[in-house]
Amino acid sequence: MTTLSRHTIHIPLDSVAVALGADEVARAAAHEAAARGIELTIVRTGSRGMHWLEPLVEIERGGVRHGFGPIEAADVPLLLDALAAGTMAHRKSLGAIEEIPYFRAQTRLTFNRCGVVDPLSIDDYRAHGGLEALEKAVALTGASICDAIMMSGLRGRGGAGFPAGIKWKTVAATDADQKYIVCNADEGDSGTFADRMIMEGDPFLLIEGMAIAGLAVGASEGYIYLRSEYPVAARVMSEAIAGAYRGGLLGADVLRSGRRFDLELFIGAGAYICGEETSLLNSLEGRRGEVRAKPPLPAIEGLFGKPTLVQNVLTFCAVPTIIEDGAARYRNLGVGKSTGTMPFQISGNVKYAGLYETAFGVTLRDLVEKIGGGTQNGRPVHAIQIGGPLGAYLPNALLDLTADYETLAAIGAGVGHGGIIVFDNTVDLLEQARYAFEFCAEESCGKCTPCRIGAVRGVEIIDRIRNGEAQASNLETLSDLCELMVDGSLCAMGGMTPIPVQSAVKYFPDAFAKPGPRPKVAAKAGAETAP
Amino acid sequence: MNTDPTDQSALTPVIQPWVGRTGGLITALRAVQAKIGFLPPETEAAAASAFNLSRAEVKGVISFYSDFHRAPQGRTVIRLCAAEACQAQGCRSLEAEVERRFALKTGMTSVSRDVTLERVYCLGLCSAGPAAMVGGRLIGKATSEKIARAVELQGAS
Repeated sequence: MTTLSRHTIHIPLDSVAVALGADEVARAAAHEAAARGIELTIVRTGSRGMHWLEPLVEIERGGVRHGFGPIEAADVPLLLDALAAGTMAHRKSLGAIEEIPYFRAQTRLTFNRCGVVDPLSIDDYRAHGGLEALEKAVALTGASICDAIMMSGLRGRGGAGFPAGIKWKTVAATDADQKYIVCNADEGDSGTFADRMIMEGDPFLLIEGMAIAGLAVGASEGYIYLRSEYPVAARVMSEAIAGAYRGGLLGADVLRSGRRFDLELFIGAGAYICGEETSLLNSLEGRRGEVRAKPPLPAIEGLFGKPTLVQNVLTFCAVPTIIEDGAARYRNLGVGKSTGTMPFQISGNVKYAGLYETAFGVTLRDLVEKIGGGTQNGRPVHAIQIGGPLGAYLPNALLDLTADYETLAAIGAGVGHGGIIVFDNTVDLLEQARYAFEFCAEESCGKCTPCRIGAVRGVEIIDRIRNGEAQASNLETLSDLCELMVDGSLCAMGGMTPIPVQSAVKYFPDAFAKPGPRPKVAAKAGAETAP
Repeated sequence: MNTDPTDQSALTPVIQPWVGRTGGLITALRAVQAKIGFLPPETEAAAASAFNLSRAEVKGVISFYSDFHRAPQGRTVIRLCAAEACQAQGCRSLEAEVERRFALKTGMTSVSRDVTLERVYCLGLCSAGPAAMVGGRLIGKATSEKIARAVELQGAS
């Protein structure tokens, strides 16, 4: 056996990397290292967000992290040879990871540590700038923290884009014996994975953001409502919370401030609607996740009837940056009322799928074509859906629009949670519109009629259009139905399901004009078609 | 309904620790399911009595959430993502292929109880679609071969 040499490699524990074989790579690395007498430390990190390179393995040399990817278990022996030899030569070498243009061009405020640090090491978190904001916040008054959030122009990143500062001030101004901080981590929108990535890759950031919120509004208890479809995030988040208690970030004496903030992780039970804040609160109380009528707003009567600050993961994760570097710096990024950065998530049929954090102001075309590289199979980009299942389908011709709140709202679309799904020209927009209703029917909480019944009727109407039955009048009925759902639904589920439907009809009229069987797209509704 | 007191009393120790906790009923039901594999009818009475709720309320919660099952599932559960990002990557034809391969319709369990095939709406693996989960194992860029291999591995373990 040769002389023992010591090395460290970084392998992501992020769900996407794991789904593409990262655990097998880690096992192979441990095995090969033992066989070669290399003392190897494997640090499992979050993902850098360049998902087409996953599993992306990193090795540090001279203070620079070098990337190798996508790595399969079979690539590991030669990688360890290169490591032992001190060369960085490998056929999958990507060079210095932070010099890759996709990475270098980003403005990473929220994701600056993700993929870099050991997500479960508080020391690592501190060494990379973590906890500076919370240390600053314990010396500030609640009002001045709320002012900073207000000044920053931060808007709720969950989808609605409501100014966070107004919510914070409302909760702070409402007197009660108990207030709550609730993090909405029920990231159910297809095409979005930023919440998952940050919880897996930098969980202390969310804990720090929530603790600051607690100090700001006078809430001593917080909950993270996490969907059950995210087992890796659940494990990392739960270990991080335990670590945060041990490290004095949570509990009766947050950073020796004498103030309490308790935090608990709650796992949902499979219901898309629980991403709606009032439904989430009912679920967190152990009930059916049915929506509540508003008012009262959760900021005034939320969890157990107490004032509750409900925000998305990314909203809380933007807080430490704002407190640490000042509201002005955050506000100076972005365009108009869309301030700061947005971690865009680019997925579907796209070459460079992943997460790209940048200041608002980037166009959809930049995100889809320049950054995303167009479709994976080289076909033309025919449509994108932005903002999840309740988001609009937009044609290629509209991609020059800026991806910010105001610009998209002006055409009836929205940023949502920043997810962009790319479709090539084999997509059938009638089928996508039908799916929007089908999904709504599947996931409606059933509390209000326009959503519960409307979704089912929507599927039926679209089937009639597909079959060529009185198309003109059925398109009119479809339009009436959408209007009714928008006006009459209690929450965004029924109220926004018409957005993908109507945008599909508006921008892709051809898809609704030609009746008959649609050979390109395989039949989907299991109940109707033989496999 | 089977209200065998021995069955019900066997559930109580699983449920009891969650009484008084925030959202405790949901967590308690998850705990029962983790232990037994599904929620037998006795769960309703046991949870109702522990949480001081009506049985109807407990039943309402069980029926609301798609994670809760009132009948046993297959030894291996295949969950295929059916949402938009995976649609853009061909999950509709993958579903049809997996149905053929396992001679199962989505939503069904094989007679041998080896495999359950079901849909899931987003696993957060949108950048590596189509996505699937077999047992606890995440699969990106899923093919019916990858899924079949994962099912074999599950069966072997």
